[in-house]
Amino acid sequence: MNADNINSGRVQKAPENFLTPTGIKEVFAEGKKGRRDFIRNAFAAAAAGAAAPMAMAQGNPVPVEGGDPNILNLPEHTVGLGQGVAAEGYGKPSKFEANLQRRQSPGLTQTTQASVSFAPLQSLFGIVTPSGLHFERHHQGWWDIDPSKHRFMINGMVKKNMVFTMDEIMRLPSVSRFAFIECGANTATEWGNVAVPTVQYTHGMISCSEFTGVPLITLLQMAGADLKNGKFVLAEGGDGSSMTRTIPMSLITSGEVIVAYGQNGEMLRPENGYPLRLVVPGVQGVSWVKYLRRVEVGDKPYAAKDEAIHYMDLQPDGTHRQYTNLQEVKSVVTTPSGGQVLLDKGFYNITGLAWSGKGKIKRVDVSTDGGRNWRQARLETPVLSKALSRFNIDWVWDGKPAIIQSRAQDDTGHAQPTYQQLRSVRGTRSIYHNNAIQSWLVQENGEVKNVQVS
Amino acid sequence: MSRFRNALLTLALLAAAGVVAAQSNTFPGIGRAATPSEVAKWDIDVRPDFKGLPAGSGSVAKGQDVWEAKCAQCHGVFGESNEVFSPLIGGTTAEDIKNGRVANLKRADYPGRTTMMKVPTVSTLWDYINRAMPWTNPKTLSTEEVYAVTAFMLNMANIVPDNYVLSDKNIAEVQARMPNRNGMSTAHAMWPGNELSGIKKPDTANKICMKDCTPEAKVASFLPDFARNAHGNLQEQNRNVGPQRGADTTKPEPKAGMLVAAAAPVAAAKPEINEAKAAIALLNKHSCTACHGVDKKIVGPGFNEIAKKQAGKTDYILSKVKAGGVGVYGQIPMPPQSLPGADAKQIAEWISKGASK
Repeated sequence: MNADNINSGRVQKAPENFLTPTGIKEVFAEGKKGRRDFIRNAFAAAAAGAAAPMAMAQGNPVPVEGGDPNILNLPEHTVGLGQGVAAEGYGKPSKFEANLQRRQSPGLTQTTQASVSFAPLQSLFGIVTPSGLHFERHHQGWWDIDPSKHRFMINGMVKKNMVFTMDEIMRLPSVSRFAFIECGANTATEWGNVAVPTVQYTHGMISCSEFTGVPLITLLQMAGADLKNGKFVLAEGGDGSSMTRTIPMSLITSGEVIVAYGQNGEMLRPENGYPLRLVVPGVQGVSWVKYLRRVEVGDKPYAAKDEAIHYMDLQPDGTHRQYTNLQEVKSVVTTPSGGQVLLDKGFYNITGLAWSGKGKIKRVDVSTDGGRNWRQARLETPVLSKALSRFNIDWVWDGKPAIIQSRAQDDTGHAQPTYQQLRSVRGTRSIYHNNAIQSWLVQENGEVKNVQVS
Repeated sequence: MSRFRNALLTLALLAAAGVVAAQSNTFPGIGRAATPSEVAKWDIDVRPDFKGLPAGSGSVAKGQDVWEAKCAQCHGVFGESNEVFSPLIGGTTAEDIKNGRVANLKRADYPGRTTMMKVPTVSTLWDYINRAMPWTNPKTLSTEEVYAVTAFMLNMANIVPDNYVLSDKNIAEVQARMPNRNGMSTAHAMWPGNELSGIKKPDTANKICMKDCTPEAKVASFLPDFARNAHGNLQEQNRNVGPQRGADTTKPEPKAGMLVAAAAPVAAAKPEINEAKAAIALLNKHSCTACHGVDKKIVGPGFNEIAKKQAGKTDYILSKVKAGGVGVYGQIPMPPQSLPGADAKQIAEWISKGASK
């Protein structure tokens, strides 16, 4: 082993290497007697006791005994009988995955009912968010509503005011489509400076699911809606806040807006609006009204609480941009990302998510030197309009500090801005719609930090 | 294809019968007409042109009474509190009322933005108070109370005088005095249709440069060391297998070259503390957590604070839940709670044993 193996890039030691040859012999002897716990404990103790770097360190070394005890000692699951079918009627993730939780950001809100929880993007794969990890935003607490009692009403500029049961909505021709949902306030804490440590808290108010339901236009046509003069639709929830939002008729007539009951093959989760929610692809999450009870067709926007008090973007001149609904092109590297520690120097797959409320992602470029030089990343299929897209790019870490960024461009040609570009137009007090390029600093000790660069 | 044929046939038959073909015939048997009383019960929205506003009125004086009884706990006596929600009142001036622009919104150094600084439309206040307030009992205010509370808020912001009676007749005049009524713009590209400004060109632009795009990057902003563990131990927030681990933020950041990620075997989840989980579920169910945090004060004391003070006193805690109280933890009274006895007992036991999470 030469000096390269012990310098700054070497941050993670395999615990085997902290056992002396004698120790290993003892462990193996115990292991052969069937005491596998002894092995586990010995490894844990070795890891905990490690204080100084050692010369001999490799992610997956060959121990002096000539083989990995995890291979040489057949484990319980290889030599025993496993569990039977339907032990869990509705399966759960492995017990080893318990660290993946949606989490609140401490101090962000005073109550849990008018609050948010963030999805653990740092540990997710592909483009689909597991329904149980979908981010949450509630305005007055969530409910688990009896679908047999839920009703959906259409009124306003229609020939006939109508009501539907869930049975009736689910009898209609259904469509399924993937769509991302992002809170307009995602990344809000970072407008002025770095404020939170991980991608869960910087970007975790986004999720992507396959939604199933009925195009709202189908239901509006059934009610004989005035699609010419009715330029706006009010969507209203059935929860305590009965939250309302104004939806553009143009998105409804295009067939994109869905009255959805399905999510990733099952019904919506209660936290996501069971049994019925609006799906408005490309538009910020607050418009995806949950527990949807009513839509009203009108000829003017409604200036609801979340259109005239919140969800307005303050500009440097003191003006608020009102009805800012679109989620513009944006991306983020999810690993390596803030709060993580790279195990060692060498090869890594940089991976992340890109999305645009205006269409498909055309390309994503990745920089590992803070935006000076860029390489084009691979876009994984499927690349769908107004859904999350997954990108990957090869990277060999040399153990030196690196600043990782991603830059997405959508098929309208709009490219994700830098913080300088965004702030030069919108200042730092907008709260909403921060789509700037994110920077992660990989330090020599392997620890990754959330940073902003000048 | 056959559905299409059937639909055509249906339309042809309807036309033959001289019936006006409504689209609903495409899906026979689905949906029905809403009755007027059903629409009246649910169609409660009020637009900026006051379409939907029920006739009625309410005075500032009456509003003050309602405010003190039902609003002040969360919003403060003068709507200034930020204990539970963002402040409602403050930051506006007589000059703003004249101009329709709130001058403080231009100041980057002004601490906070109240509702009155932002909201351009009285309709928005009326609508949201009516549909969503009070916080734990939405839609329980009478029409008069909604007018009155709105009037009281406007009075606290000096938009209407002390003796004002707000009504459907004069509400448009009041809207014309809102301090930020001219502070809105729809001249942006972030409405996804042509219904508003129709602007399509985004306000930001970046170029797809690939080489030597910027000078060498310098870190301009990062989290200070004291915030290292502010979001909890990040080691426990990352998967325990894969190319990375979470940093152990309970310890200071290691110097380069030191062991930073423990390679202990992947730990299985801690067994759930079922008693605590059940109690917390009840607290949520009965909205206790609207006013009490498990480990922090909100309106009332945190359950941990009560647990410390009243350790072991299940019956005492139970009596307080049922009867309400004031003065032990502060001067904001807690009203008597009407949750089922068994639930209250379970909660009281959990608190008396330490209110663990």
